[in-house]
Amino acid sequence: MKKREVIAMLLAGGQGTRLGILTRKLAKPAVPFGGKYRIIDFPLSNCSNSGIYTVGVLTQYQPLILNSYIGIGSHWDLDKKHGGVTVLPPYVRHDGGHWYLGTANAVYQNIEFVDQYNPEYVLILSGDHIYKMDYSKMIDFHKEKDADVTIAVIEVPWEETHRFGIMNTEADNKIVEFEEKPKKAKNNLASMGVYVFEWKKLRNALIEDDLDSNSDHDFGKNVIPKMLEEKQKVYAYPFEHYWKDVGTIESLWQANMDLLDDSPELNLYEKDWKIYSVNPNQPVQYIGKEASVKKSLVNEGCQVHGAIEKSVLFPGVVVGEGSVIKDSVIMSDVTIGDNVIIERSIIGEECTIEDHCQIGQPGVGQEGITVLGENVVASKGKNIPAGVEINIDNCHEFGCCPNGVEHKEVER
Amino acid sequence: MKNVVGIINDTDIKQKLKDLTRARSTAAVPFGGRYRIIDFVLSNMANSGIKNIGILTQSYNRSLLDHVDSGKEWDLLSKRDGLFILPPIFRYDQFTGNLGDVDHYYNHMDYLNRSRQEYILISNSNIIYNMDYREIEAFYHQKKADVVMVYKNLSESEKTNYRILSLLLDNNERVHDMADARDKMLSPAAALEIAFMKKSLFMQLIDDCIARGYRDFTKDGLIKNLHRYKIFAYEHKGYAAKIDSIRTYYAHSMDLLKPEVWKDVFLSHGTISTKVKDEPPAKYQESAKVNNSLLANGCHVAGIVENSILSRGVVVHAGATVRNSIVMQKGQIHEGAVVENAIIDKDVVITSGKQIIGDTEYPMVVEKQAVI
Repeated sequence: MKKREVIAMLLAGGQGTRLGILTRKLAKPAVPFGGKYRIIDFPLSNCSNSGIYTVGVLTQYQPLILNSYIGIGSHWDLDKKHGGVTVLPPYVRHDGGHWYLGTANAVYQNIEFVDQYNPEYVLILSGDHIYKMDYSKMIDFHKEKDADVTIAVIEVPWEETHRFGIMNTEADNKIVEFEEKPKKAKNNLASMGVYVFEWKKLRNALIEDDLDSNSDHDFGKNVIPKMLEEKQKVYAYPFEHYWKDVGTIESLWQANMDLLDDSPELNLYEKDWKIYSVNPNQPVQYIGKEASVKKSLVNEGCQVHGAIEKSVLFPGVVVGEGSVIKDSVIMSDVTIGDNVIIERSIIGEECTIEDHCQIGQPGVGQEGITVLGENVVASKGKNIPAGVEINIDNCHEFGCCPNGVEHKEVER
Repeated sequence: MKNVVGIINDTDIKQKLKDLTRARSTAAVPFGGRYRIIDFVLSNMANSGIKNIGILTQSYNRSLLDHVDSGKEWDLLSKRDGLFILPPIFRYDQFTGNLGDVDHYYNHMDYLNRSRQEYILISNSNIIYNMDYREIEAFYHQKKADVVMVYKNLSESEKTNYRILSLLLDNNERVHDMADARDKMLSPAAALEIAFMKKSLFMQLIDDCIARGYRDFTKDGLIKNLHRYKIFAYEHKGYAAKIDSIRTYYAHSMDLLKPEVWKDVFLSHGTISTKVKDEPPAKYQESAKVNNSLLANGCHVAGIVENSILSRGVVVHAGATVRNSIVMQKGQIHEGAVVENAIIDKDVVITSGKQIIGDTEYPMVVEKQAVI
């Protein structure tokens, strides 16, 4: 196989448990975002735009949607004669096999895949974050510092340092200490989960880590602290643009809302750094005679007859007359009837909200984002309080039912 | 319809489209916000299961070639069959100034000879509609026809003063007369310039025309043979519109603002595919006021948009107004500008305070890349 200087390994097997019902049937990297994308579009587009055309995608949890979405990678220009995108699920070998036990173990189990390309550097990415980053600059930095490992870091607010892996650095960005979720942080540089390794060094570290029965086989928890202990050269690469971990419902909602500013920090309209995705191929959106759309993102195939304010509409959403959608994220192919009110909610794919429903309106003692998982039907006049999470299993408790059962589809 | 080869004829440059066809063929004229005119016929063929499609092009074909590319968007990128571009062939022994469609077909007989399909569906490139061609195939067998054409009954309001190929049918839907005339129609049945027949018959008709120095497939190939072959016509009941002038372009674009037409054209039989641009969703700012309009992805609206169609990447700045207009890709309408009853071609910039106002019956056309 042809040698590659850099290959990327993209960790996409996480469940994202804190996203609750949104990741019931799909892995976190497949969670829809921004009216068009899935989270994994960001690292994949970054790879393609950075000139990294060999990407292994490590999958494990609920891979069906992710696999079919990635396909052969053509949407990200990653269908190549040599390399391109390769989906790497756990597999069975002659002496048995086991699941990926941790992020490091996932790469360990695919040493043969990496060896095929005999790379100098391996870029480790995660499929959990929203950001635009030129990895080639980070690799240049890595070479310049003659580092063994380079970790991309971002400044986070001091009060949030306990949520992140924090790097304590010297003046020239050399990392002296790595603290995973410290109670009292000494620094506010958080790891973005983006690492550049010398492949030879990483290869050895992974083999050692595999033999260590006390290890959780995790890059942040085990592999990197050990390399630091061994006085290997670990550097922090400061990143100063938009980066968001959308690990919770609140942060996913917030990251969507961030896009609605007049000039948002994350600019999706940049011609030279497009975020690619699988295009839905739907007709142009129709904004009706009585409609009003403000401070919102609306995708192809939508038919809007109501009022949309500070919201994100994925493809194929129908909004009836007199309905008001505010501060919400409406995923693909949701049908919303007339005179519906939806506030501060995330509505999953293919839900049907019939006439006169009210969703997510703040009442006494109720707050938070209201979430409807995919395929839920809220029948006429239902009132769904703020902060609840409804999916097809518990929807009966809220007087709703799964799509396709005992309901007439609202005509598109 | 695996046994059918599809031919799209884009050799006729509609001069009445004026500036819109100055640098592109009819098929490549942008339409409906994110499409080109050819997308409709091409998607209909692909959605009907035709796997082998040839496009006869004119000399101005760069934008068309760029648009259809390998045919991948229509699932026509395959090892066997797929999409074939049939460019004009200039031969010294042919009088190049006056080639008819027959000459173009004749020049590409090789392609037809080599294709393994038994039937052929030929269509002009400039019709906007959504149709399942399998209906034509079934009708052909049901009537035991030699040739099947497709027609639409025009209502009074749909009749134009341009040339229309009208058909005179009997109760059995057999064509008894056919005439290509301005003003006068034989009946309300207007042909959609589609024909379905055995490939061998088509090749024979072309040969017969060439042998006699005939140039026009409809007039010489079909009309002169009305009594020799059983020519039937199948009615298309959905929406269909022929784009052959600025007026029809403007009127039929505006038809898409009627939700029933939008649904018929875009969703009735299959989706209309087009070249993918990877644009983000359309963005509406706080000051945006948009009503009765179609917007493509990548648009950025801060001003007023009414009864209009905005293509991909159009920017309407705060304080700008776009009314009853079509703005093609990447148009920029700056603050205080007013665009009314206009067709703004690609990459046009309307600077602050400028007023571009046409008439509903005679829309103003601003040519590609103009800065006003």
